[in-house]
Amino acid sequence: MFDERKLQKISKERQRWKTTKVPSWIERHPERKNEFSTLSGISVKRLYTPEDVKHLDYMKDLGFPGEYPFTRGLHATMYRGRLWTMRQFSGFGTAEQTNQRFKYLLKEGETGLSIAFDYPTITGYDSDHSMAIGEVGQCGVAVSSLKDMETLFDGIPLDKVSTSMTINGPAAMLLAMYVAIGDKQGVPREKLDGTTQNDNLKEFFAQKLCIFPPKPSLKLSTDIIEYCARHLPSWNPISISGYHIREAGSNAVQELAFTLADGIAYVESTLERGLKVDEFAPRLSFFFASHNNFFEEIAKFRAARRLWARIMKERFTAQNPRSLWMRMHVQTSGCTLTAQQPVNNIMRVTFQSLAAVLGGTQSLHTNSFDEALALPCEDAVRVALRTQQIIAYESGVTDTIDPLGGSYYVEYLTNEMEERAMRYIDRIDAMGGVASAIEKGFFQKEIADSAYKYQKEIERKQKTLVGVNEYTVEKDWVPVELLRVHPKVEEEQLGRLRKMRKERDKWKVKEALDKLHAEADKDRNLMPTIIEAVKAYVTIGEITEVLRSVFGEYRELIVV
Amino acid sequence: MTATRKIRVLIAKPGLDSHDRGAKIVARALRDAGMEVIYTGLRQTPEQIAETTLQEDVDVLGLSILSGAHTTLFQKIMKLLREKGMEDVLVFAGGIIPQEDVPALKKIGIKEVFGPGTPTSVLIEFVQGNVKERR
Repeated sequence: MFDERKLQKISKERQRWKTTKVPSWIERHPERKNEFSTLSGISVKRLYTPEDVKHLDYMKDLGFPGEYPFTRGLHATMYRGRLWTMRQFSGFGTAEQTNQRFKYLLKEGETGLSIAFDYPTITGYDSDHSMAIGEVGQCGVAVSSLKDMETLFDGIPLDKVSTSMTINGPAAMLLAMYVAIGDKQGVPREKLDGTTQNDNLKEFFAQKLCIFPPKPSLKLSTDIIEYCARHLPSWNPISISGYHIREAGSNAVQELAFTLADGIAYVESTLERGLKVDEFAPRLSFFFASHNNFFEEIAKFRAARRLWARIMKERFTAQNPRSLWMRMHVQTSGCTLTAQQPVNNIMRVTFQSLAAVLGGTQSLHTNSFDEALALPCEDAVRVALRTQQIIAYESGVTDTIDPLGGSYYVEYLTNEMEERAMRYIDRIDAMGGVASAIEKGFFQKEIADSAYKYQKEIERKQKTLVGVNEYTVEKDWVPVELLRVHPKVEEEQLGRLRKMRKERDKWKVKEALDKLHAEADKDRNLMPTIIEAVKAYVTIGEITEVLRSVFGEYRELIVV
Repeated sequence: MTATRKIRVLIAKPGLDSHDRGAKIVARALRDAGMEVIYTGLRQTPEQIAETTLQEDVDVLGLSILSGAHTTLFQKIMKLLREKGMEDVLVFAGGIIPQEDVPALKKIGIKEVFGPGTPTSVLIEFVQGNVKERR
C-alpha cells in the first residue's frame, strides 16, 4: 500500500524517534508496564506505523464494502442504509410472561426477537420430568409443547418479526413449532424469518448442553440445514457460535479459530448430503462475543469476515457471492460483567457494543447491567437497548463505513487474528477435524487453560478489574429491584402441561412417535416427521426420548 | 487434619445448567493449593452428588450453580447428606445466588456462599480454615 522510498524514510524516522525522543521521556515518565498485550496474548507495541502493515494489499486484503473479501463490511452502504438488528435475548418464567416481555421490547424499539429457553427445554426434558425440578422457567422460558409456543407468540405475527432461538439439541423441535405457528397464522413458509442456533458441535466443548453423542448431533444439525435449504429459504438454519466458546474461557483467537473450524465441519457434513455449497452456504450465520479488549475485538470481527470468505472461496470453491458472506450476530460478553458495583457494567456493555458496531455486525444483543446478579429486570433491559440506540443515533459512528479501516493498529491486529486463527484451523485439520479434536479433549483443554490463566492474572492484579480487584467499595449500589422468578411458575406450568396431555389426541401422539422412531432408525431427515409430531402436541421430552433410544445419550468427557 | 492426609474435595454441578467455567477454575485452584479434588461434571442429581460425597469420602463439598434452582436442589442435597450421616462434610456454594437467599441456605448447613469475583485465594483459605478433623 505504501511507496518503498517513503517506507524507508518512515522506518528511519521511527528509529530516530525511538532512540532519541522516547528514552528521555521514559526516564521522566516510566511506562505503566514493561509489556502490553491483548487478551489473546498478542503483544502490543508502543506505536504502529505503515511499516506494520507494509504487506497489506488494499484490493486483496480489504477491498470495498459488499465485495470480497468483505473486510470492510458485508454490505455496500452498511449502517448508512439499514442499522443492525437490535435483538435482545430474553425469556423467563411462563410463556405468558415472556410474551409480555417480547411485546414490551418491540414497543421500545427492538427490531428482532430472541428466545431464551429454560434448562429443561434446552436439554430436552418436559417441565414435569424429575430432572426439571427447580429449573422450570428459571433461566429462560419453559416450552414443553406447541401449546406453550402458541402462548409465547400470541398476538405476534410471524411475517412481521424475525426470531432467533437459542436452541441446539432440540432445535428441530422448536423450529417445527415455529413452522406450525406460521402455518396456523397463514404465513407462507418461505416468509418465515429467523435463526435456530443449532450449532451442536460447540456444545461438546463450550455450552455443554449436549443430549446426543457427536455423530447424531451433527446429523440433526445437518437435517435442519438441508431442510431449510429446500423448504425455508429465509430461515438461518444455524448460528455457528463462538460466543459460548469465549464465555467458557477461550481468548479471542481461539474463539475465532474454533468457530470457523466448526463452520468448516458443517459445510463438509452438508456437502456429504449431496447439496451443492451454493445451495446452503448463503444461509449459514455466525455468532460472536464482544469482550473487553476494544481493538482486538474489532479486529476479530473484521478478520472473521475475511477469513470465512477466503475459506468458502478457496477451500469450498463457492461461486455465489452470498456463500462468501459471514453474517454475524454479536452479544456483549456476559463473563465480563461484575457483581460488584453493577452499574459500572453499563460502561463495559457500551464499549463492547461499540466494538461490535465498528466491527460491522448485522445484529446485536447488549447485556443488562444486573446480569451478574440475576436475570435482567425490565429497567436494566431498557438501559441495554438504549445503549444500542445511543450508539446508533447519537455517536455518529454509523455515518461512514468501517471508520477504523486503514488504522495501522487495527489492520495489523486484523492480520494477526487471521494468521493465528488459521494456524489453529490447520492444527485441527491435522487432527482429523473438529469431531476428532473433540474426542481428544483438545478444545476443552485449550479453553480451560485460557480461563484459568485469565483468572490468575486478575488475582495477581496483572489485570485490573474495576470494582473487583481495584477501586472496591464496601457496599454496592444496585438501583433496580432484581428479577425473581416466582416458584409458582413451576406449579402453573405443570398444571398447563397436565391439561394439554389430557386434551390431546392420544392416538395421534402414538402414531407420530412410532413414525419418528422408524424414520430415525432409517437415518432419514427428521424435520418433516418432527413437524407432524409437534402439530399433534407431542412434547419435546417425548420426542427427545425416542431420539435418545435410537441415538444414545452423550456422556460428558470431563477435562478440568 | 492429620499431616499425612490431603484435604479431599468434591466440586459438584447440580441441576441442568452448564456454566462450568467457575467450577473448573475452583477445582484447579484447590488442586494447585495441594488438595485432592474430584470434579463431578455437569448435570448431577442431588442423589448422585450425595452418593459421590459418600463414596469418595471427601472432607469438603463445593456446589456450583448458576441456573436459579439453588434453593430447591441444595435443600435436597443437604437432606440426603444428613440421612447418610455426612453432617461433618464442609459444604460451600458458588455461582449466581441472590444475597437474599443466602441466610436460608446457611440455615440448612451450607457454611458459605461465594459470588462472582471471589478470588480463589479466599476459597483456599476458607477451606483450610473450616475443614473439620475427621476420623
